[in-house]
Amino acid sequence: MNDMTPITTTLKDWETDQEVRWCPGCGDYAILKAVQRTLPMIGADPKNTVFVSGIGCSSRFPYYVESYGFHTIHGRAPAFATGIKLANPELDVWLVTGDGDGMSIGGNHTMHILRRNLDCQIMLFNNEIYGLTKGQFSPTSRVGTTSPTTPLGSYDRPASPCAFALGAGARFIARAFDVSKELPNTLIAAHAHKGAAFVEIFQNCIVYNKDRFDDFTSKGTDDMQLWCKHGEPLLFGNPKTGPIKGLSLDLETLSLKVVDVIDGDWQAAGVVVHNVRNRGLAHMLVEMPYGPFPMALGVIYDDPAPTFEASVAIEKEKATAGKTADLAKLLGKGQTWMVEPEAAHGLMD
Amino acid sequence: MATLPAEKETAAVAESAPEAVVVRFAGDSGDGMQLTGGQFTLSTALAGNDLATFPDFPAEIRAPQGTLFGVSAFQINFGSTDITTAGDAPDVLVAMNPAALKTNVQALKPGGLIVADTGEFNKRNLEKAKYEVNPLEDGSLAKWDLLAFDISALTLEAVKPFGLGNKEALRCKNMWTLGLALWMFDRDRQPLIDWLNGKFAKNPVLAQANIAALNAGHAYGETAELAGPLRKLHLDPVASEPGLYRTITGAEAISLGLIAGAQLADLPMFFGGYPITPASAILHNLVKMKEFGVTTFQAEDEIAAICAAIGASYAGQLGVTSSSGPGIALKGEAMGLAIMTELPLVIVNSQRGGPSTGLPTKTEQSDLYQAVYGRNGDAPLPVIAARSPADAFECAIEACRIATQFMTPVMLLTDGYIGNASEPWKVPDPATFTPFPKTFLEDSNNPEGKVLPFKRDENGVRPWIKPGTPGLMHRIGGIEKAVDTGNIDYSPAVHQSQTDARKEKIDRVANAIPAQEVTLGEASGKLAVVGWGSTFGPIHQAVRRARRQGLDVSHVHVRHVWPLPANLGELLAGYEHVLVPEMNTGQFKTVLRDQFLINAVPLNKVSGQPFAIAEIEDAIARFFDGLADNEGGEVPVNRDQLPSTEAHND
Repeated sequence: MNDMTPITTTLKDWETDQEVRWCPGCGDYAILKAVQRTLPMIGADPKNTVFVSGIGCSSRFPYYVESYGFHTIHGRAPAFATGIKLANPELDVWLVTGDGDGMSIGGNHTMHILRRNLDCQIMLFNNEIYGLTKGQFSPTSRVGTTSPTTPLGSYDRPASPCAFALGAGARFIARAFDVSKELPNTLIAAHAHKGAAFVEIFQNCIVYNKDRFDDFTSKGTDDMQLWCKHGEPLLFGNPKTGPIKGLSLDLETLSLKVVDVIDGDWQAAGVVVHNVRNRGLAHMLVEMPYGPFPMALGVIYDDPAPTFEASVAIEKEKATAGKTADLAKLLGKGQTWMVEPEAAHGLMD
Repeated sequence: MATLPAEKETAAVAESAPEAVVVRFAGDSGDGMQLTGGQFTLSTALAGNDLATFPDFPAEIRAPQGTLFGVSAFQINFGSTDITTAGDAPDVLVAMNPAALKTNVQALKPGGLIVADTGEFNKRNLEKAKYEVNPLEDGSLAKWDLLAFDISALTLEAVKPFGLGNKEALRCKNMWTLGLALWMFDRDRQPLIDWLNGKFAKNPVLAQANIAALNAGHAYGETAELAGPLRKLHLDPVASEPGLYRTITGAEAISLGLIAGAQLADLPMFFGGYPITPASAILHNLVKMKEFGVTTFQAEDEIAAICAAIGASYAGQLGVTSSSGPGIALKGEAMGLAIMTELPLVIVNSQRGGPSTGLPTKTEQSDLYQAVYGRNGDAPLPVIAARSPADAFECAIEACRIATQFMTPVMLLTDGYIGNASEPWKVPDPATFTPFPKTFLEDSNNPEGKVLPFKRDENGVRPWIKPGTPGLMHRIGGIEKAVDTGNIDYSPAVHQSQTDARKEKIDRVANAIPAQEVTLGEASGKLAVVGWGSTFGPIHQAVRRARRQGLDVSHVHVRHVWPLPANLGELLAGYEHVLVPEMNTGQFKTVLRDQFLINAVPLNKVSGQPFAIAEIEDAIARFFDGLADNEGGEVPVNRDQLPSTEAHND
């Protein structure tokens, strides 16, 4: 967004008069509140803010934010966002999608908006299930998920949204979860990033996939959360309930390993210092198998590159340099000939 | 052609005089036949002849050399009378190899002239073309005039001084042939020489070699060592309206029309496209016109192309997308969203043979159902069909006008034939265009509260509100919405009233388009031949010929396919019979029957080739021979007259 004047708003200013229609207890409520809390913090201007969504529970989101909003069709929100941003680069565009919308039917568009690096924030609500269509397994469902279409348990191997995004060339990857206090900070960082900022938000589907992320999101599980912070060691664990651990690099296998940190001396334990510009590290962090490893959260990767809309503008400037929009001249371009009035007499037919 | 003057029928047309000549260039797809044809077209236009062309090339970029399916042909009909079709049977066939001869010779008029390159009629090429004996030598071409000589050798000789390799030298063959054709029809070589100098500016040797070949071909005709059938024809220039002319293809005309349309609407244009034959040419053209406020976007797929265009429309630009049948099918869901959210959008459909991948490079009109009916739910949108390359310009402007004035997607139908064909076009003066500037809602339309994004005006049209406008924040989407506020509302009465409102809005477009005129003939009578799209030329000529014979037949050509012009039903009721020739299995016929309860009789052809004039003439004649066989039924096309397909193995 180029409008540099921060606007003063409150959370209330971002609420619409529409009744929010998610299931009671849905993680989407918490995300909506976190977004409405974040928007005043970044000085967002309702008139220049556009929420674009596809189809799914998450995609109802725009109806509940008092800004401009476009609830589009299944999986295609990135394409609409691309048209919106190219038509008016001043707009601050937020995409709301889910694991079905963004990884399955719209996986192709997710890939292309990321590789093109359109300046926008992409919030992918991952609840590992199709909620709106009543509980079928999704492309992020873990193997063995029982659902109406997989009564004996699913057997497709799940996709990892963040690994997919990195593979597609994303320049910003972050992770958070619905009820986390860190969610606004993560969104602030995503907004500050110029380019496509991909944020995977683990979201609890209370009806069809309840408590799926409890291992690291419920009370007392914060020892399994690794919040990545640039320039700080990759540490996790709760000193009140157990040891502090860290991630170090196993030079023999070129992979991460969990190490114990004794008396806070992480350097001695060889713990890696997080660098958001290290793409290789980002790959390792998003690919860590959960269980033996903690869940990497926060800003995992943030390395800006030229944005798509800026490249389009530069190309347009080049293409139009020294040219004037003279329609008459354009129409009469190429090899032309005159039919003189005297030649036109005596039409044959 | 577009500058058709009010039709004056004169009995004084001397049938014997060669008022028009049809020439077909055919060769291997690597022989540069499209280039030869294109340049011949240009020289013809420069000579003041009216013309129409029909490029016919294989789907393969480089089909194996010498094969039957690798033949690429380019037909041009030109002359000193109004030309509206690429002609039926050629008078002259230039065959650059045996395969080109085999696939095209049956179409040649009896007594027509064959020019063949004996240098290519070797054993290998004859085998590839499945000739057991050389047709140039076995007398099998007796019903035509044959002019066979070694164009390959003559070309090599002509370009010898330039020291090109054999392969490069032989590439100049097409210019040699063109030189000969220019001589045959008394064309000026200079524009082509200029063009070659420009094209090969970076390689003057190639330019000189090609010019030498062109001159040698021309000189060959002039010195005519062979008298025989080689003769010089001069066609008088066509008398047309005075003014500045250029040649234009349908794809060029649509590109220019879209530019003009966006300017008249006072809007920047956003064009989202995905490569597909034969629609890509429009995207290729528009990327070069960015100074007119055009943003082009080559999307990852057809769906993204239309969705990005709708996104741009939502943000306040004129969104345009373009494709061909299969791509249009993919865009269907997004069209529904544009209908539901009532955003302007122009969708250009360059139709091709279908279904599925079908015939990518061949022409057909079989997407009419898809255009008019092809979406989920009750999803009406206006459909406009261009009848010729030059007409496509006005149609594109019309599409922009209706889309913006009625806040609706509009589909513009063209086809592979119109897209690739070229014809002379009287360059219009933009000062004569009527602007239709579109304004955005800047202040709330609701003194009592929040803006009402779906509050309709007297035409049933909602306001266009750009994101970025202070105080008018609102949400739109594909879910059924309450009247005025646009808030989600599925209630029965709301869906009924919004469905009705969307339909009525499109129905009202009929009041904002010109009344249907009779293209040729009377406003009532025995028979109306009703067409739409690129069948214009053959229908027009067939009706003209039938009228010369005194038959009571008229031509009605419909541009606004949906909604139909308000007076069309009444007009057609004034004829005893209605014949509908279409390059499909009877789609417009269905629409006419449905809308007007008339016995529209179909005449259908789906061979991937345009109608021949004679096919329509025959169908017309049946209405005057007694209708016993045809009451309410189909008029079968005379399959004997379809171009031979036996030689094609693709």
